[in-house]
Parts: sequence; structure tokens; C-alpha cells
Amino acid sequence: MSDVAPAAPETLVRTLTAHADRVREAWLEAAAHELHGRTSRGELEREQTDIFDALLDGLRSGGTTLADPAFDQLRGILADVSGARARLGFTPRETAVGVFALKEGLYTLAQEAGTDAGVTELLRLVDQLGLFTFETYATARESIISEQAEQLLELSTPVVKLWDGIVAVPLVGTLDSARTQVVMEKLLNTLVDTGSEHAIIDITGVPAVDTQVAQHLLKTVVAARLMGAECTISGIRPQIAQTIVALGIEFGDIRTRASLADALVDALRAGGRKRSAELPA
Amino acid sequence: MTTTTASTAQRLPVRTDSDVVKVRQLVRTLAQQARLSLVDQTKLVTAASELARNTLVYGGGGEAEVELVTDGARTGVRALFADEGPGIPDLDLALTDGWTSGSGLGLGLSGSRRLVQHFSIDTAPGAGTRVEIATWSR
Amino acid sequence: MSSDGVPILKIGTTLLVSIQVDLQDDTALRLQEDLAERITSTGARGVIIDISGLEIVDSFIGRMLASVAAISHVLDATTVVVGMRPAVAITMVELGLSLGEVRTALDVERGLALLAPEERSAEDVLLAAAEREER
Repeated sequence: MSDVAPAAPETLVRTLTAHADRVREAWLEAAAHELHGRTSRGELEREQTDIFDALLDGLRSGGTTLADPAFDQLRGILADVSGARARLGFTPRETAVGVFALKEGLYTLAQEAGTDAGVTELLRLVDQLGLFTFETYATARESIISEQAEQLLELSTPVVKLWDGIVAVPLVGTLDSARTQVVMEKLLNTLVDTGSEHAIIDITGVPAVDTQVAQHLLKTVVAARLMGAECTISGIRPQIAQTIVALGIEFGDIRTRASLADALVDALRAGGRKRSAELPA
Repeated sequence: MTTTTASTAQRLPVRTDSDVVKVRQLVRTLAQQARLSLVDQTKLVTAASELARNTLVYGGGGEAEVELVTDGARTGVRALFADEGPGIPDLDLALTDGWTSGSGLGLGLSGSRRLVQHFSIDTAPGAGTRVEIATWSR
Repeated sequence: MSSDGVPILKIGTTLLVSIQVDLQDDTALRLQEDLAERITSTGARGVIIDISGLEIVDSFIGRMLASVAAISHVLDATTVVVGMRPAVAITMVELGLSLGEVRTALDVERGLALLAPEERSAEDVLLAAAEREER
């Protein structure tokens, strides 16, 4: 059997087209059975038509293995399908089974069509399709997960509007470099979006501050000034004050206040005299 | 830096003020394609502007090479600035914060280095200068 | 005002410049010269430079802005740079770039308010300036 030359793509095309209806029906049945309730039969049929046609096209263009350029379109379709499945929360099995089910149609063909009809090659090709589908599914899932991680980071750093023109960021918990940078960007963007000239970064809920975090906070204040806003850091606890001094970090003319309330009063006073014609409602 | 090129490298001459603008625009376009965050894009383009200007003003004109790169998982932008100018005599000094050349025009090397993820410089008096920078998507 | 340079608008005693495009070095220098000339010829008391259209501010532009501020100070005018984007501010801080004695504001409206006497709102300043123009 191993001396027989592998069937040429043209043979595979002939076999597939000759038995298209039966292969596709067996495929649809097997897939619909597995994916019952997860996707409609009509949807499945449409997908399978696209895949089948692209497979035939690729074979007609002389493709022998899935990596061939002849199968570019087929790979594209498979990537789209698995990407969509990943986003919709389908399991890996549910995603791959739609492709592997094509083998059901091919098994029945193997018995009837004879050994030179290239069914073995077709089966191997379908294996490659299935693996590719699984790989693209996995990649899509990974990128969704990292997107969600980013969103989580965003959500856990709330910037609140305290008053007309005054925003505050109450930081809670340990600060790492990544989180502090996210806070910095979010705060500065909020200043622009809300047209606020005062920002208060409250670190009452932060147990410890290291050099990097302190530097980030300083940079935030300087950046806010460059944009035309003033930034106060409030809630510096005695331990943190000592750390800052011990680390030799220069706070210079950075405004600091013991509590968020004090910082708010400061900001209100500073804002008041500019807007005598626009008293807050 | 072990990477593979994700696109053909584009070479731009750096001989006039408008060339510096073209370098900025190319770096910005590729940075967007590499999906760098807005802050990383801004930092990279700013560093490229500084280095391109150095090439022009200090190096007497030269060339910039910009391309997309990938290490398999992430995409990034790499830029190389090369000139056959006088070279930098005391590199350590030049890389110290606040160093300026005699004409009062800071080389901004230390600043540029802080703006990018990868920074390497190869220079010697009489041997020109080559600076390579790169930033990756996170 | 040069034809292909950055346009300089006059609102009462304030000059307003809005930089919309990527400036090349020679254009930036020309703007600096144009401003100095206009401050003198119009007796302007304030200069507002709107950089909300700038995607980057590198050391050259930074120095240009600081120079304009210093020059206008000598000419008895105050400069306010407005509209700096957050990403630009973050980059400038990282680069260690200082704008010298330049004052900053979030936008043109607040910049005008900064230049105005304390008790008047920005609208009053604009209206008063427009009235003076008409006379």
C-alpha cells in the first residue's frame, strides 16, 4: 500500500465532486448532532458550503497540503469561523468538531470509492484543517483573555468627578508600575474629557510606595501641569512620608494634603476666583 | 535583537527638515500598524524625531531605515539612524542627562533612550553614528 | 504673516496661533519670528498657542515654545500654551523637557481667561476686544 503514489489533487477533486451531496449530508448530520442547540442547521450548512467550496478550489489549484498558497482562502475561512466561535464562547471541542465531522462523509466513501480515489489523502487533509481550526481558535481565545485583563485593569482604577472641574483618583491597595501608569494616563485623559483643571490623587488606601511609584506620581503631577491643570496628592501617611524622604525623592513644589477633603477645599478655593460668573448650580 | 522582519525595511534620506517630518510620519504609520498604545506611539515618534534631527544637524545628513518587526508573539517597530558625520567623542557623557553639545542644541540621547524599549548606539570620532531603537506592542 | 506659514489671528490684544500640522523645524522657527514681529507691531499683551493638533512635541518644538514665551515676556506680553494632549505631556515629562516660564491651560477659552483681569469671564474679554476693534 505504501508503494502506491499519493493521489493527485485532480483525483481528489473528482472524488469529492462526484460524491459531493453524500459527503456533505453526512458531514452536516454529524456536525448538527454534535452542535445541537449551539448553532442553527442553516448556519452550519452555510459555513460548510463555504469551507467545501474553498477546499475544492484549493484542490483545483493544485494544493496538496494546507500550508500551500492554493489554500489561502480556505485557511482564511477557517480562521474566521474559529475566531467567531472563540468570541461566542464555544468550547474547543465544539469548534473543532464542525471540521472533523467532514470525515464522517469520507469514511463511507472509503469503502465504496476504491483505493485510488484518494480518500486517504482527503482524510489527512481534513486532519490538517481540524488542527488549523483548533490553533486559530486557541490564538483567538488568548487575545480575548488579554483584552479582558486590560479592561479589568482599566475598571479597577476609577477616576471620579468630585465637582465641576475637579476629578479625583482614590487609589487603593498596592501600586505597581504598570497600574500606576494606567492610572496616570486615565487621569490625564479624564482631565481633558471633562475639562477639569484640578486633579486629586488620594493614596490613603495605599500601604507602601516605592521609588518607581513615587516617580510615576511625580511625573503625573508635572504632566498635568503641562496640560494646564493642577494636581494634588492627598492622604500621604506618616510611613509613606518617611519612605519618600528616606529614598531622597524630591517632592519640591508638588502640592500635598493630609486628606482628600483638604485637597478638595483647596481646589474649590483655587477654582472659585476664576469663575465668578459661573457659580455651580 | 533577535527578530524577524514583518515588512520590507523602508529607507528614507535624512537631508532636509522636511525629511525629518517624513521619518516621523513613517514611524507613526508603522507604530499604528504594530498596534502600539497611544503613549508608546507618541514616545517612539518623538524619539525618532530627536534622532533624525541629530542625524541631520549633528551628523551632516544621513539615512533612516524603518520597519515592522516581530519576535513571533509581538509586533514592534524598529528604526535605525545612520550618518557618516563626526561621531560622538565621549559617549558616556552624551548619554548623561542634560548633556548638550557646544552649540547649545542638546542631542537628547539620554531622553530618547528613556522613550523606547530598545536603544543601541554605535559611534566613534570620525566613524559616523548609528542609533537603533525599537518599541514593541505590550 | 507669511502665506505658507502658520496663521496668526488677532483677537483684541491677544494673538492666537493654532498649530494643526506636523511642523518642520524651519516652519517652527519662522512662526517664532512672525510672532515676535506681530507682538511688536500690534502691541499685543497676550499670546495663545493652541497645540491641541500636535501629536508630538519634541525638543525643537519645546524650545520654540519656551523661546516664544521668553521673547514675548521681554516684549511685555504673556504666553499661554493650551491643549497639550495627555500622551504628549507624558512623553515630554519622560524626555525631561521643560517649557520654561510658559503658562499652560486646557484650552483656548481657559487660556483667554488666564490672560484676562481676574474678575472678568472669558466671554467678557472677547466681547470687549471685539468692541474695541469695531471702534
